[in-house]
Amino acid sequence: MSPDAPSSGPVAAIPPTDGLKECTVTTEGTFGPAQGSAQEGGPELVQLLTPEGERREHPDYTFDLDDEAIRGFYRDMVLTRRIDSEATALQRQGELGIWASLLGQEAAQIGSARATRAQDFIFPSYREHGVAWCRDIDPLALTSMFRGVDHGAWDPGAVNFHLYTIVIGAQTLHATGYAMGIQKDGCVGTGDPDRDTAVMVYFGDGASAQGDVNEAFIWSSVFNAPVVFFLQNNQWAISAPSEKQSRIPLYRRSSGFGFPGVRVDGNDVLACYAVTKAALQQAREGGGPSLVEAFTYRMGAHTTTDDPTRYRLQAELEHWKHKDPLARVKAYLTRNGLVDADFFAELEREADELAERVRSGTRAMPEPNLAELFDLVYAEGTPELQEQQRWYTEYHASFHDAASAEVAR
Amino acid sequence: MTQLTLAKALNAGMRRAMEGNPKVIVMGEDVGKLGGVFRVTDGLQKDFGEARVIDTPLAESGIIGTAVGLAMRGYRPVCEIQFDGFVYPAYDQIVSQVAKMRVRSRGKVTLPVVIRIPYGGGIGAVEHHSESPEAYFAHTAGLKVVTCGNPSDAYWMIQQAIASDDPVIFFEPKRRYHDKAEVNTELSAPPVPLHASQIVRDGTDATLLCYGPMVKTCLAAAEAAEQDGQHLAVVDLRTLSPFDLGPVYELVRRTGRVIVVHEAPITGGLGAELAARITQECFFSLEAPVLRVGGFDLPYPPARAEEEYLPDLDRVLDAVDRVLAY
Repeated sequence: MSPDAPSSGPVAAIPPTDGLKECTVTTEGTFGPAQGSAQEGGPELVQLLTPEGERREHPDYTFDLDDEAIRGFYRDMVLTRRIDSEATALQRQGELGIWASLLGQEAAQIGSARATRAQDFIFPSYREHGVAWCRDIDPLALTSMFRGVDHGAWDPGAVNFHLYTIVIGAQTLHATGYAMGIQKDGCVGTGDPDRDTAVMVYFGDGASAQGDVNEAFIWSSVFNAPVVFFLQNNQWAISAPSEKQSRIPLYRRSSGFGFPGVRVDGNDVLACYAVTKAALQQAREGGGPSLVEAFTYRMGAHTTTDDPTRYRLQAELEHWKHKDPLARVKAYLTRNGLVDADFFAELEREADELAERVRSGTRAMPEPNLAELFDLVYAEGTPELQEQQRWYTEYHASFHDAASAEVAR
Repeated sequence: MTQLTLAKALNAGMRRAMEGNPKVIVMGEDVGKLGGVFRVTDGLQKDFGEARVIDTPLAESGIIGTAVGLAMRGYRPVCEIQFDGFVYPAYDQIVSQVAKMRVRSRGKVTLPVVIRIPYGGGIGAVEHHSESPEAYFAHTAGLKVVTCGNPSDAYWMIQQAIASDDPVIFFEPKRRYHDKAEVNTELSAPPVPLHASQIVRDGTDATLLCYGPMVKTCLAAAEAAEQDGQHLAVVDLRTLSPFDLGPVYELVRRTGRVIVVHEAPITGGLGAELAARITQECFFSLEAPVLRVGGFDLPYPPARAEEEYLPDLDRVLDAVDRVLAY
């Protein structure tokens, strides 16, 4: 990847105000409030598979895997979408407290996550169910979190996939620090594909406004840390459209911090794979950070508590449905005779089984035991907390004792 | 035995920790060539290199946020926040990330991060350079909070904090940085556990509870009271989360009267928590209510008024008179 060329986009003049001679803000392509459209990614969008399922060439990026890999990506996306719809249904049935749907963002997540190597460390936000899938996180670990059983029960170090981070953007700094550690360990630029390591961190258009994200950009740039900032621009930060977050296309933010940025069609799994792979490789080789803006769309609500009909038009959703990340891969596979009816039937059966496992597994989860948490706060427990634990345990047990006495009577 | 200032003792302690463990790294604003604005990290970058003593961008949230990632990668970051009043940009990372990581990962991720904060007033500084924010952190589950009051504790406690697998907020009494005392650096192990309070003066009439910069003040007050025939005990709490109050309860049962002294504002301060616990544990031994001497509930005043704001020897003695009058 190369740094952005200077802006060639149109220049919007802001009328002079007292004390300011002139202030100009550049915008580019069809992006930005001046054009009133966040529907298209603009001419800079990297796309290798059109919404109609046609392969496209790009001068800088090539999809270098075979059709078997594309079938695999399709399976990932179908199963991830099924986990998502099942979890949404479970929330509606009262089995989950809340669910953050990834509907529409499957290609961005599967394409990028499949571009990582096992040693690469990933820091997700809280909607990265597709990335979690690629890191072999049991979907039940996700539903247990949204059910309120735990805060994420997997071991981040064992799967190189951190717990979800809910405070927006905080994880970008963790990723940057982790990447600095990789540098200190001598795991960058050695040329050994099993040793060289990158970090990838997921965040969104809303998070791009956070101080922590901007600090992470500065730090990673200054220390040349091997981190890929994977920004899923799903157009909406709950009810705030992306033009409320930025006057320029988000991928161009990085140039001001001194590293390259690229905008990829976030609904194109081939392009997301190819672009992320290049960014990760640059990081592993010692080329420093980069920003990948996956231009996508949150087809569902922010979470199950949200009602997007209050702030966006149905027509917009309909527009994006034509760019569905799964449909275009299905069209490509079908049109080119790369799959048969059995493939889809088998996948359907697999998805049904998975959904059933998520459903029954979630419902069967034991309630969390508060008493256990007292032992988990500190590596070396404190007398104060041990005393509170002892009191709570005895207090709790007293109800059982009273109940037992009642039964005995 | 060697004579060291509190600042030099911290420096020597960090040096020893860095020599003992290559994963220990120091990071913060101006900690490298300059040696920190108080020179606490003086010479460390020269001897351990820029990879281990990192001059960071001026971004406190960035310091703590990247320390989280470094700790996850196996490092033991010792972060310097330049002044107490500058810690708040990092507050989210400390409270929402550092403090909670172990419990939310069910013990799989521990963050051995030390956050050093010079705190307290008395140096004639401008706004935001003289605050005592310890209660914010002591209130947060998942953090440990300690403070040193003399060079020997500075030397040993910083090493113990670095060796701790739990995150430690390490408050340094900046107005005592240049106080000098003997430090036995020859010992092979710390003389006192990190999370232990210490009776620094025994007495029979009342107990003064204090920590950090107020230890010296309280010892001076006890010395002055002695001349009036009042025998005051003084406890250096040292550990603010968790507290170590066993020795305190024993003293309170003997003296029956307690005064808590801290620079931080009274309302919601640690004195309130101490008073509640002492009342609960020593109710029938108390001859008087637990009194508190602290900063007023004001934003820290302009420097020329800080002598009026901060507890001093006379304010402590005034409280002694009041507690003895019951």
